[in-house]
Amino acid sequence: MLELKSISKYYNPGTVNETCLFDQFSMKIGDEEFVSVVGSNGSGKTSMLNIICGSIPIEQGQIILDDKDISNLKEYKRQQIIGRVYQNPAMGTCPNMTILENMSLADNKGKPFNLKLGTNKKRIDFYRESLRELNLGLEDKLEVKVGSLSGGQRQAMALLMSTLTSIRFLILDEHTAALDPKTAEIIMELTDKIVKEKRLTTIMVTHNLRYAAEYGNRLIMMHQGEAIVDKAGKDKTEIKMESILEKFNQISIECGN
Amino acid sequence: MLNSILIQGFIFAIMSLGVYITYKILDFPDLSVDGTFPLGAAITAILIVKGVNPYITLLVSFLGGTIAGMITGIIHVKLKVRDLLAGIIMMTALYSINLRIAGKANVAFTTKDTIFTKSIFRELLRGVSGKTITLIVLVMIVLLLKIVIDFYLKTRAGYLLRAVGDNKTLVTTLGKDIGLVKIIGLSLANGLAALAGCIYAQEERYFDISMGTGMVVIGLASVIIGINVFERFDKIKPTTAVIAGTILYKACWALAIKKGLSANDLKLVTAVLFLIILVLTQEKKRKVNKNA
Repeated sequence: MLELKSISKYYNPGTVNETCLFDQFSMKIGDEEFVSVVGSNGSGKTSMLNIICGSIPIEQGQIILDDKDISNLKEYKRQQIIGRVYQNPAMGTCPNMTILENMSLADNKGKPFNLKLGTNKKRIDFYRESLRELNLGLEDKLEVKVGSLSGGQRQAMALLMSTLTSIRFLILDEHTAALDPKTAEIIMELTDKIVKEKRLTTIMVTHNLRYAAEYGNRLIMMHQGEAIVDKAGKDKTEIKMESILEKFNQISIECGN
Repeated sequence: MLNSILIQGFIFAIMSLGVYITYKILDFPDLSVDGTFPLGAAITAILIVKGVNPYITLLVSFLGGTIAGMITGIIHVKLKVRDLLAGIIMMTALYSINLRIAGKANVAFTTKDTIFTKSIFRELLRGVSGKTITLIVLVMIVLLLKIVIDFYLKTRAGYLLRAVGDNKTLVTTLGKDIGLVKIIGLSLANGLAALAGCIYAQEERYFDISMGTGMVVIGLASVIIGINVFERFDKIKPTTAVIAGTILYKACWALAIKKGLSANDLKLVTAVLFLIILVLTQEKKRKVNKNA
């Protein structure tokens, strides 16, 4: 279980531009929950992910993972048990390394980076099988540099790579936002399949209200640093696109968007 | 003339391999090389004058360079100083440190044994000229280093080094400390630069405090020529391209000198050559962009 305990986060503290994003924000995320987070720009969705991963510091509060306080743990140490996919497909892969080398890098997560050979030849068949499940033909391009793949192919690889080793939970940061509608659909279905297969605890930030309603078993709508909608289980499945959209329009009007 | 181009080329290729690691793989413009090259030479000069086996100076110089590189890395990573400035700080500090090590600005050791005169090849190849033996020893050293570096880049540690230059975010996502990888890369690169300085001093049989000036530029120019010329050949490894690039650079340089420029113009030639190479390779990139 992941718990955010009375988190306070200010931007530009101590200056005239000081803005308060979170004031005593708390949230609990249970094991094997697939949480979709929606909200307007500046509502604190991505900041919440950054706070969990340790990419940005917090002024107050605690982040507790399985009864352990990880608030003071460095970003790279927290990432040892977290998988993360970014909005920008370029963030999840190394463009100048081949597909095989990228897969090997991801497979070595959590292991010491010593003088053993970077690519374990015995694992190549496994990589090929994992890539085949993406249905993008990448299994035949192991020696191709990732930089020459399309955004969708790279995002599919980023998703696969972030879940290749066993992780405590998965963070998806608007991971379909930079893709065309059809590719976004493919990546979203793939995400759902991987999350269900590996029974991953997942937090997905998205601007696509339909994905938020359709996928996952909990829905949160953020507004000005607070969760104004939080539906899980049966409540979530009964929720209609229209009602989310209505609520979303309401908060957007308040902000003057 | 061909002999001396090759000798110079192979010696500087060792340093270029180091610059390749920092500039091309880690994407870190490391200026400390201007200080670590003469550091290797200073250590060597003083050890050889004291009568130490010249082969041991190779190891000691390399270690000296790695320590200096590590400090540049720590200044950049832990004290959060920008990459260029961290290099400048180290380069400036090393000037005094090199003077301290050598004791004075020039040390000559013309009568002492070096790795070239003490070489086993001297026994095996009686009657072969000194320059040829020098060349054979150099080829062996450079080849060995090339094989070791190629292997290193294929290990898990090498993958991580390449990943830091390629996509820092991914390295953090893999749960690894970018800073530590940078420090290791800088140590290796500066170890190689100091090793090049050590061998250069043994070939020239002297140490001079100003011999480091312009080394970064020579290294960068060699790496850029090598990578740009040989990029189109899939089979050629980047390390081979860097070594060939250094020899090519030294050939251009020798040609410029032969065309009537005096020894006082050496650094000017170095700088202008680098500028020409930078402009020429930019041109190439623009063309590619237009076609895309």
